[in-house]
Amino acid sequence: MKKTPLYEKHEALHAKIIDFGGWAMPVQYTNVIDEHKTTRNAAGLFDICHMGEIEVRGKQALDLLQYSLTRNLQNQSIGQIKLAALLTREGGIIDDLTVYKIAQEHYMLVTNAGTRERDFFWLKELREEQALDCTLTDISEQTGKLDLQGPLAEEILRTLTYFDLSQLRYYHFAELKVMGEPGIISRSGYTGEDGFEIYASADIIGDIWDKLLAAGKDLGIKPVGLGARDTLRLEAGMMLNHQDMNETVTPLEIPYGWLVDMDKEFVGRPALQELQKSGPGKKLVGFIMTGRGIARHEYKVYQGAREIGVVTSGTFSPTLNKAIGLAFIETAAAITDAEISIAVRDTMCPAKIVKIPFYKRQK
Amino acid sequence: MAKPNPADKKYSKDHEWAKDNSDGTATVGITDYAQEMLTDIVFVELPAIGKKVAKGAPLAVVESVKSVSDVFAPVSGEVIAVNGALEDDPALVNRDAFGEGWIAKMKMSDAAELGSLMDAAAYTSLIKEEKH
Repeated sequence: MKKTPLYEKHEALHAKIIDFGGWAMPVQYTNVIDEHKTTRNAAGLFDICHMGEIEVRGKQALDLLQYSLTRNLQNQSIGQIKLAALLTREGGIIDDLTVYKIAQEHYMLVTNAGTRERDFFWLKELREEQALDCTLTDISEQTGKLDLQGPLAEEILRTLTYFDLSQLRYYHFAELKVMGEPGIISRSGYTGEDGFEIYASADIIGDIWDKLLAAGKDLGIKPVGLGARDTLRLEAGMMLNHQDMNETVTPLEIPYGWLVDMDKEFVGRPALQELQKSGPGKKLVGFIMTGRGIARHEYKVYQGAREIGVVTSGTFSPTLNKAIGLAFIETAAAITDAEISIAVRDTMCPAKIVKIPFYKRQK
Repeated sequence: MAKPNPADKKYSKDHEWAKDNSDGTATVGITDYAQEMLTDIVFVELPAIGKKVAKGAPLAVVESVKSVSDVFAPVSGEVIAVNGALEDDPALVNRDAFGEGWIAKMKMSDAAELGSLMDAAAYTSLIKEEKH
């Protein structure tokens, strides 16, 4: 298994380590509920070094991204982040990734850990196909990444940089010095809380980790594992690649329609146009269990005796104290407040379709 | 640290305990070590009263936020009572796995099976090995 630069720190903290797509990652340090609530109420620190970073530079960098990604990036300003999808020619989702516009003709793509190579080679192929003048560099190995999330994140991060973080708006970033070394801090994340994603050299990411834990000690900061990262993102209605979506799923079938700008040319667009005409047969919806039982990935969904779909993500929500999830169901059945059942082992358990997110922070 | 394993119980390698009630019945649950591995237990699926279960077959299901785990019957028999308190407060298993967090009471079909389970000392050394 691959290890992040922080692996020894996780071991020293007695984290439970799991194989996450070939990476030895901490799933929890103490327990998921405690780490989840710490992030909602104070601040959680996450090792996200496994995610990928790809640099795109050159005269036609924007042309490549416009052709490869669903989102129209024409009006993206320097210092702004845009979430976008990378599709197959058939319109299936290879990855949902964030695009950081660092300068004119200079971008950083932040990819999922498991799709980093696939993204890289697909972008390369599209660059050759279109004969575009730009470079693609996988900078994942030398780039460390931490997420600091929660209502006290800004107060804690302030101790590490002279930059005025209060000036940083949501989905924007700044290139700055972190502990004297060049880095990037963005106001963004995957938890539904205020917070930051911090990028710095893999050589100093461990020092930043230590410094943040020390700086936030009195404010209640804790390291948080992938277990709580999953419950946090699900409560916030955020989807997970290779679980809620994959290459057989298009953005039109999940709540990613807003990532698709049909007014420009991009790979997969013709397939999406076809799908728009016929209308997608299935749709990803949120649900809450109304009785006992916790729905899990791949459990079947019914309406009456008829099977109408499958759960993609399901867990116990520490904030709502209820079981929640996402499921792919027939479009005709995807009506808010409709009652469905989910087969939990031998029992049909009642659930209700609800709007996502399940949780929205008070601003 | 896990609590000590009480001497009045017998233990399976799957981390269940059985306590002989000396009237042909046994109370069963999961060990403190097991709850510590599972951490935050948020759901317990209890068996139906009257269910007949063979030793080693699934008896109940315990779920943490992230995981779903079978609880295997440490002895064969018929379920005659279940711990209904776990329906409202599954974390009882975390707080008191050997006491208030018991799962079911079984009428044993073969009380001699208890003899094939580990005593507290043997179980304690088993989990010591697992930890390494």
